[in-house]
Amino acid sequence: MTAFDPSEITIMVVDDELSVRQSLEAWFQDDGYTMVTAENAAEALSRMQEQRIDIILLDIKMPGMDGLALQDRIREFNTDVIIIIITAFATVDTAVRALKAGAFDYTTKPVDPDELSLLVRNAVDRIRLQRENIALRESIDHLQYVDDIIGESAQMQKVFELVKTVAPTDSTVLILGESGTGKELIARAIHMNSTRKYFPIIPVNCGAIPESLMESELFGHEKGAFTGAQYRRKGKLEMARGGSLFLDEIGTLGLKSQVDLLRVLEDREFHRVGGERSVKADFRLICATNVNLSDAVQRGEFREDLYYRINVFTIVLPSLRERQADIPLLANHFLDKHRKAMNKNVEAISPEAMNLLKSYDWPGNVRELVNAIERAVVINKSGTITPDDLPMQMASRPKEAHGEQTLADVERRHIEVMLEENDWNISRTADKLHIDRVTLYNKIEKYGLKRP
Amino acid sequence: MHSVRIITLGSHPRDVSLDLLARGIRDILSLDSVIEPIPLDIDAALDPSRKQYHSTELLASLVELESSGEHRVLGITPYDLFIPVLTFVFGQAQLNNRAALFSTFRLHNEFYGLPHSPARLEERCLKEGLHELGHTFGLRHCMELPCVMNSSTYVEDIDLKPADFCLHCREHLRSVC
Repeated sequence: MTAFDPSEITIMVVDDELSVRQSLEAWFQDDGYTMVTAENAAEALSRMQEQRIDIILLDIKMPGMDGLALQDRIREFNTDVIIIIITAFATVDTAVRALKAGAFDYTTKPVDPDELSLLVRNAVDRIRLQRENIALRESIDHLQYVDDIIGESAQMQKVFELVKTVAPTDSTVLILGESGTGKELIARAIHMNSTRKYFPIIPVNCGAIPESLMESELFGHEKGAFTGAQYRRKGKLEMARGGSLFLDEIGTLGLKSQVDLLRVLEDREFHRVGGERSVKADFRLICATNVNLSDAVQRGEFREDLYYRINVFTIVLPSLRERQADIPLLANHFLDKHRKAMNKNVEAISPEAMNLLKSYDWPGNVRELVNAIERAVVINKSGTITPDDLPMQMASRPKEAHGEQTLADVERRHIEVMLEENDWNISRTADKLHIDRVTLYNKIEKYGLKRP
Repeated sequence: MHSVRIITLGSHPRDVSLDLLARGIRDILSLDSVIEPIPLDIDAALDPSRKQYHSTELLASLVELESSGEHRVLGITPYDLFIPVLTFVFGQAQLNNRAALFSTFRLHNEFYGLPHSPARLEERCLKEGLHELGHTFGLRHCMELPCVMNSSTYVEDIDLKPADFCLHCREHLRSVC
């Protein structure tokens, strides 16, 4: 448990006797607690409206509303405050009533100093646990919702809006973006903000699983379904029941698996490999890819019907160079994260190093930035990250498109470079760019490119 | 420069040397003490039903003795003390003010059925005196076990802590004394 400052705990003494109020106030002030007193129920309620009270030391016998009635009244609007009854007229009946109504403890006047200290210490321990619990829950929420998904740029704000819009629906989502832009984080954010958040999100990296194993991986298998299948095994689709299935790099999914997946999406049920009984499919599908699926459809590498099935709601993640304004924010965030994880006293990034980070073109996107900061924290000794702590290639590979701010600028420049590299051979350049010749002609005309 | 006026309340506490107490205060707090034989009427603070003296009322009498606020007044009494809600208190002080008070009643080994120990009694008196005086200089209870400002609700707690302040409390005293 973390250390605490007693002044952060406010104790209210409610007693009609001035000497009791003064005694308890002085006693606990010596311990450093913040003290408040009230001589009757009305004053106590009024104090509670003015400020947060953590512990109430409550007398039972008071003129007007007595302590037990006041406790009932308080419980109607505040279930958190800890109430300790201190009475000179203790009876079993009042003790039982007080405790049943939610009093934390009950003691009689005069009370041993040790007992009173212990009562309040126990109450404080509970408050500290409550606060710690809230802080942990908030940090988990933070992890689930926004950790590492950071950006104040207009592009990222738009992404956050789209996530917020689509998350509560059960729609299939297709996330597009270059490698390292955080597609899986967005998928998790969608899942964690959906009604399925209490069930798992199961990620499948389609590019990492051989086609021959994909069927068993997705659908599971029955015992004896094939050589080596010694036990029945659940597939990813079954594991995602109630939750979400995240198919990363869906563009690399083989044609056979595409057919299988399409069938599941249409029938909402599937069979385990070697199984006869159909299993109900109950998952939300989130896909991601860094390849142009419509081009893949044209090339016959991706089924058109599956493409339309998954291309219901699309979120396009900007590359890091398209949201340069977010680089300082991200860099400082990852510095803080790695500094804490490594327990190293690296507090800042020097202006020179930050300029270098901002001027680099980040082909590996946020993932590359994370690695660069992690590396810098590892090797740094001075407490401030300087250009010397950053990877060598950053210094030698400044952003290629100086002065080019828009995506159109970058596209124009890239097409120009590719045309030059291919000696203005339109078919070959279109092939390299994974676009068709007509599209390339249109872009040449749009950007006014001319053969030198 | 502050000094401490040591005043006995009721009668002189048995087996306690006020000179030793004054020397201890000078060694630890660097404050000179004056032992003043002022007869104070404390009967009004007695609660006959409890056979104890109301500590807060005794403190009020001590405050009146030091109207200038220039010095600290440390009362010492052989009688048992209480505040209304508690069964007893070892001592009491005004936080950041001029009066402090402690009782030797529960500092004697005999109170707990143990053999008489003059050395232990002197040590407990010094710790209580330093603790209550610490409150008058604005110190609250300290979380550090090896500090005389650590809270004591049993006599064993008093024995466990040293007759000295931790670095943090000492730093505070340096800034106000």
